[in-house]
Amino acid sequence: MIKLDQVGKTYADGTEAVKDLCLEIKEGEFCVLLGPSGCGKTTTMKMINRLIPLTTGKIYIDGVDVYKLESNELRRGIGYAIQNIGLFPHLTVCQNIATVPMLKKWPKPKQRARAEELLTLVGMDPGTFIDRYPSELSGGQQQRVGVARCLGADPPILVMDEPFGAIDPITRNKLQDEFLRIQAKIRKTIAFVTHDINEAIKMGDRIALMREGVLVQFADPATLLSSPKDEFVRNFVGADRVLKGLRLLKAKDVMKKPPLTVKVGEDPMQVKARMERDKLRWAMLTEDDGRFLGWITWEDLHASKTIREIIIPPSVTASPDTLLNEALSMMLNSAIGTLAILNEKECLLGVLSFEIIRDVLGQQVGEAQTEP
Amino acid sequence: MWNQAWQYVISHPDKIFEWTLQHLYIILVANALAAVFGVLIGIYISGKGRQRIADTVIYLASIMMTVPSLALYGILMGILSALTLPSIGFLPVVIALTLYGLLPIIRNTYTAIREVDPAMIEAGRGMGMSEIQILVKVKLPLAVPVIMAGLRQAVVMNIGIAAIGAYIGAGGLGQPIFRGIANYRTDLILVGAIFVSLLAILADLLMGGLEWLTTPKGVRTRRRR
Repeated sequence: MIKLDQVGKTYADGTEAVKDLCLEIKEGEFCVLLGPSGCGKTTTMKMINRLIPLTTGKIYIDGVDVYKLESNELRRGIGYAIQNIGLFPHLTVCQNIATVPMLKKWPKPKQRARAEELLTLVGMDPGTFIDRYPSELSGGQQQRVGVARCLGADPPILVMDEPFGAIDPITRNKLQDEFLRIQAKIRKTIAFVTHDINEAIKMGDRIALMREGVLVQFADPATLLSSPKDEFVRNFVGADRVLKGLRLLKAKDVMKKPPLTVKVGEDPMQVKARMERDKLRWAMLTEDDGRFLGWITWEDLHASKTIREIIIPPSVTASPDTLLNEALSMMLNSAIGTLAILNEKECLLGVLSFEIIRDVLGQQVGEAQTEP
Repeated sequence: MWNQAWQYVISHPDKIFEWTLQHLYIILVANALAAVFGVLIGIYISGKGRQRIADTVIYLASIMMTVPSLALYGILMGILSALTLPSIGFLPVVIALTLYGLLPIIRNTYTAIREVDPAMIEAGRGMGMSEIQILVKVKLPLAVPVIMAGLRQAVVMNIGIAAIGAYIGAGGLGQPIFRGIANYRTDLILVGAIFVSLLAILADLLMGGLEWLTTPKGVRTRRRR
């Protein structure tokens, strides 16, 4: 647990970078420090590991004042991911990852074993990469090694300064996903600095939004989007904040059962009768074992044709873990009103429609409007 | 004239060998001293809050370079004899060459350390390195190529200056040159000049190789020429 108690930082030139900041990051919580540049988020983060000395207030880690500890001991207990990766170019991947274990004087074989373990954790093959130099890696691979390095001696706390800032959006997205997967396993207490609202919403359990050294709002992403505290927060999260809320939900959270599912072997005319009774213009079609085949429409059903002949195959399908914003753009891109959600065996689990998404958005707007 | 010089080389290989050895010995001792002091001074003045000391030291070292070597030998002779130390021969020459060698080494060490990416230093500090660990494990390995370039420059430059040491009895490849001047023996001057130049070229190649070898592997690719 990290606790900042009325922390302030005034630089020698009189600039007040952080003012009277109170913040508590719970054990195992992913806290994002968010804000425009110059808002004091990086300063706040660096005060936790004492890279920047604080002017007023106290910072406690698990109840212990960080100034009660020797600074290097403190820092070896806090994983640090620096901005722009910052791997040491003259050291191998192994030596980079084992920097803190080396400082802690672990025996060499143990350092190497730890580096191998962490490389595997971040999805890199130790046999291929452990003895390479950073210059021999791609940007994304360097970023992974950077993450592995901050986990070097298995610290309970991580401070990360825009660790995914220096890479292309596609790789960044992938690394974010992987880091969330890792975090779900290791449950570190994290202070994560970013200026990217989308990254904050995606990654954070809670977001601390700062402006000019002041903590403006500290809330979970859904609350930040649905109930911005003031005009600044509203502007910062953006006019599309309601749409951004879609990122917080996955298809499996809101999907519904399809109105009618038909097996491919059924009799066309019976199906047609059922659709007429329920006033349905289309139905979803599956193989006998549940695998999704496509759609059939009421008009196409004739006694002279088997169902298999009139299947309209799906142009696009989604998985239960697809984020709603992605699902929505898939639907818009391929101009379909209903998106089939399939599991990994291609069995139909449910559907998403514009109506369902509209309802989700409606709830969020509703929540926002009930705020004072 | 070229022919005479060549005749001299093949008839006196032992002498040439002896002068070359003397020359090399002076260079080796002087540059080893310059490297040790230069790097230490360079590290010291690159420290925090030593900007003014650094400026002064580099200024003094630059002035040192403008003193003609003959004049410097003269000054050293005065000082050394006052201290009842040998005032001619090996000692004053080694001292003079050490002084000359300092500037490129101090300057390169200072610049190289100062120009290490601040992000690297912060990464080290943020992971709990002490100031000494940051120096030894981060700054110096990253500064080595530039420091070695300074040393290389010092060695090559001193090989030329060392020839003048023969004037005050330090031996070396300056000897045939001075003897040639005194006796109107162009062939001797040529022999001395050519061997000094050859030595300088060889030393440059050798130091280049050493520079490559001492550069940490991970940063080599960027500096490959």
